Amino acid sequence: MILHPALILVLGALVLPWLPRAARQAAVIGLPLATLWAVWQVPDGAAWQLHFLDYTLTPLAGDRLTRLFATIFSLMAAVGGLFALKQESRLEVPAAMFYAGSAIGVAFAGDLITVFIFWELMAIGSTLVIWSAGNRTAYTASMRYMAIHLLGGVVLMAGIAGHVAATGSVAFVPMAPESWAQWLILAGVLINAGAPPLSAWLPDAYPEASWSGTVFLSAFTTKTAVYVLLRGFPGTELLIWVGMFMIFYGIVYALLENDMRRILAYSIVNQVGFMVVGIGIGTEMALNGAAAHAFAHIIYKALLLMSAGAVLYRTGRRKCTDLGGLFQSMPVTAVCGIVGALAISSFPWTSGFVSKSMISQAAGDQHLTFVWLGLAAASAGVFLHAGIKFPWFVFFQKDSGLRPADPPASMQAAMLVFAALCIGLGLFPAPLYALLPFAVDYEPYSGAHVVTQLQLLLFSGLAFFVMLESLKRTLTISLDFDWFYRVFARRLSEILTPLFTGLIAALERSAGALANRGGDVLRRHHGPLGALARTWPTGSMALWVTIMLLAWLVLYYLF
Amino acid sequence: MSFAEHLPVLQVVVPLVSAPLAVLFRDRLAAFLLVLAGSWAAFAISILLWLQVRESGIISYAIGSWPAPWGIEYRVDALSSLVLMLVSGVGAVVLPYCRSSIVREIRPDTHYLFYAMFALCLTGLLGITITGDAFNLFVFLEISSLSSYVLIALGKDRRALVASYQYLIMGTIGATFIVIGVGLLYVKTGTLNLADMGVRLQDMTSHRPVLAALAFLTVGISLKLALFPLHQWLPNAYAYAPSAVSAFLAATATKVSVYALLRFYFSVFGETAIFKQLPMEDLMLVLALAGMFVASTVAIFQNNLKRLFAYSSVAQIGYIALGISFDSVTGLTATIVHLVNHAVTKGSLFLLLGAVMASMGGVTLARVQGVGRVMPVTTFGIVLCGLSLIGVPGTAGFVSKWYLILAALEKGQWWLVFLIVLSSLLAVVYVWRFVEAAYFRAPRADLLQAREASLGLAIPAWILVGATIWFGVDTSVTVGSAAAAANMLLGVTP
Repeated sequence: MILHPALILVLGALVLPWLPRAARQAAVIGLPLATLWAVWQVPDGAAWQLHFLDYTLTPLAGDRLTRLFATIFSLMAAVGGLFALKQESRLEVPAAMFYAGSAIGVAFAGDLITVFIFWELMAIGSTLVIWSAGNRTAYTASMRYMAIHLLGGVVLMAGIAGHVAATGSVAFVPMAPESWAQWLILAGVLINAGAPPLSAWLPDAYPEASWSGTVFLSAFTTKTAVYVLLRGFPGTELLIWVGMFMIFYGIVYALLENDMRRILAYSIVNQVGFMVVGIGIGTEMALNGAAAHAFAHIIYKALLLMSAGAVLYRTGRRKCTDLGGLFQSMPVTAVCGIVGALAISSFPWTSGFVSKSMISQAAGDQHLTFVWLGLAAASAGVFLHAGIKFPWFVFFQKDSGLRPADPPASMQAAMLVFAALCIGLGLFPAPLYALLPFAVDYEPYSGAHVVTQLQLLLFSGLAFFVMLESLKRTLTISLDFDWFYRVFARRLSEILTPLFTGLIAALERSAGALANRGGDVLRRHHGPLGALARTWPTGSMALWVTIMLLAWLVLYYLF
Repeated sequence: MSFAEHLPVLQVVVPLVSAPLAVLFRDRLAAFLLVLAGSWAAFAISILLWLQVRESGIISYAIGSWPAPWGIEYRVDALSSLVLMLVSGVGAVVLPYCRSSIVREIRPDTHYLFYAMFALCLTGLLGITITGDAFNLFVFLEISSLSSYVLIALGKDRRALVASYQYLIMGTIGATFIVIGVGLLYVKTGTLNLADMGVRLQDMTSHRPVLAALAFLTVGISLKLALFPLHQWLPNAYAYAPSAVSAFLAATATKVSVYALLRFYFSVFGETAIFKQLPMEDLMLVLALAGMFVASTVAIFQNNLKRLFAYSSVAQIGYIALGISFDSVTGLTATIVHLVNHAVTKGSLFLLLGAVMASMGGVTLARVQGVGRVMPVTTFGIVLCGLSLIGVPGTAGFVSKWYLILAALEKGQWWLVFLIVLSSLLAVVYVWRFVEAAYFRAPRADLLQAREASLGLAIPAWILVGATIWFGVDTSVTVGSAAAAANMLLGVTP
């Protein structure tokens, strides 16, 4: 019997909170590493089979794609655990391990029912991670988060039930969204991927978690959705446009944002957009690119959020306007943050470059001109919002007067491991390419690629700093930049708000009013003193019996 | 005749005899041991009967060797053997629990009467299930009802008396309606044997009295099974009865009434022409949906956990009725599976609540705050049962909802699938209210010293919790028997 890797983490997480501190810290790193080992023991094909109702479930089935995602998930759990060693909450890290284990469970699921079970466990784990930040805003955010994910789960479940009823098979195989059931499955998965129109749950909830919680959250939910899309819906053309929307949604809102972790949360939507586009293109090159990008993205996004988390841990501040100049006293954090920023901007010689360029290449190969152009423009946009904006405002810009030290050694170690991976995968992409689902016949470091990308990045960077210099002469930097994303942002949002949010807000308002009124009605009738809930006098009970009898008699008389 | 041939009558006689004996001994230990032996024997007999039915089909037993249409017939088939096993099984688990539980809730000098009543109630429920005779069914219904009025009235809370009184009035009205219905059928067909009645009704030309009989029986039985809006007696009866009684009645009484309804609908009226043209399905559907949503919503606002879960029972009966309204093999399978699964889930839930009551002194949401910290094991059990009520995969509740959804899909009614899932979300809300109080609030200062329940309470409760999980994973017993019973009721040979 082969060990199920997901169960190591899921069951281990249930024991974790009750362990003494030292044992817990050892287990937080040991369990994911044991899982990583177990991942590589799973052979190709179905390894576990169970009979449930009339169906054969396959809770454990391996192949290349599964192993790729399970590997990065367990690696993420291990390094995230290292980063979170100083976390005081007894709940958060076990919840995160449970969450990571459930994500691995989805990756190994060979049938849709197993996918659904782990999907819901993931929702519970992640809600607990947000919730364990322990303050009021985190609590309400976690409740909103859970509501969205329960809704997504219901949609997914309805889709799975319909699909199973129609085909008679629970196997998790590629589907084309043709029947309504498959559309529902696609919708349920896209909700978790942060796709429109419900993208807002992600930047709403993730930044409310603790300094370490957000690191875990960034890795699993959306990437599990990417995995399910990769396996279930490759080559669905709709996904190209959904992905493009996500890319630009992420960029626009990240540029308008002031909270450093919310900037990074928007950029998750943006990055997942790239993967979704790749899945939509659907060629081997594109799918490889999407899978590789998910792998690379987990690492550099976690790295960015670790560096933001370290700043939060030391200063307790999260707004860009309250921060600045931290490179002087937090050099390690700053350097790691910059490495992550370069990787997310797919700067050559970083992991982002070797993965994202595959998706662009695939778009080019398929002669999807507008997609290719969009991706190129978006690369510049990513550089602006995540590549420059985040490190510049947090670590440079102005001197905020803060002089926090670099975080404790365990947190530094976690950041250095991931920073090394970002650069290592960029310099030597061969091991990553070897893990991908299809054979790779692609060389990222051709002259044209490198030059194109460098030009793109350097020109958008140049524009940024040229503008910066010219503004510096007349006004102070901070004010200029205040203008840049206060006034300019307001202008921009004045145009965008009616388009994107106005309609939604109006709908929300009317739904809210309706819900309030509905709530009053419900309470009046169903509340403890409502007619439906209070104890009735025996006479009126008997009256109802008579009414029922009469109703039945009349009905029967009529027929 | 060998011993095995007399099993059907022993199924009822053994617990029946234990009741007067328990009274004669006038000693609570002796009474307990006697009734315990009786109920365990009944459970063993029901298992033997179930195996026998699975091997060789329907067992017909003629009481006093009078053959069927004239004498009283006991009839064990796929459906009744499953319900017998459920009722006697729950009885066998709840009885040991009674011993530790009623010490706190009932005056010690009346304990032997409690056990006698318990044995009578068990007898009545088993009798309803096993008998093939309409009047005999009414007699057993009265035995079980009268004893349950007494059992409920024994509750420590003074409101138990009113609850029991209301249940008595309503139950009597229900029983009267049933006996009127049976009487009308007897006048029209000249037989009391259910199977025989079904045959004779098929070539009945004059409809009116038969229709009236059907109406009386439907309303009478709907009252006993607490179908919305005839559920009003149930919440208070469950809420204020002694813990063990709540658990036993919640798990068995309404379920046996569902069984009686299935019997009358499908074994007696099922083949008749009148039944086929009635809008029975639509009516059932409307009442089922109303029950699912109204009762779940009421449950959300309750502050007493026993009352909360009593309303949830009304909602769950909605699911059971929904399955009946489909009038298909899958729908009836769902009904019968849910009958078993909900009995096990609700039974364990009320047993666990009884344990909480014993340690914390009450089960209002305000009192059980932080119970997750002082009684982690029991609380975890309640959460597991709550998950089953919601219908989370891996629990019994999921299996029944799955079949309900399949049945709705078979009929092509997507909107019903949506409503089923939506009503599960209401269950999420009321279960969440408990979870929030139990885990996310600090315990009251005076209850910090409360301890886990004693083993006498914990072991029976966890046996049923185990069954809740077991039936969610291994469905061969529940779904297998239910599918066989559904096929039999609809006359389909699989």
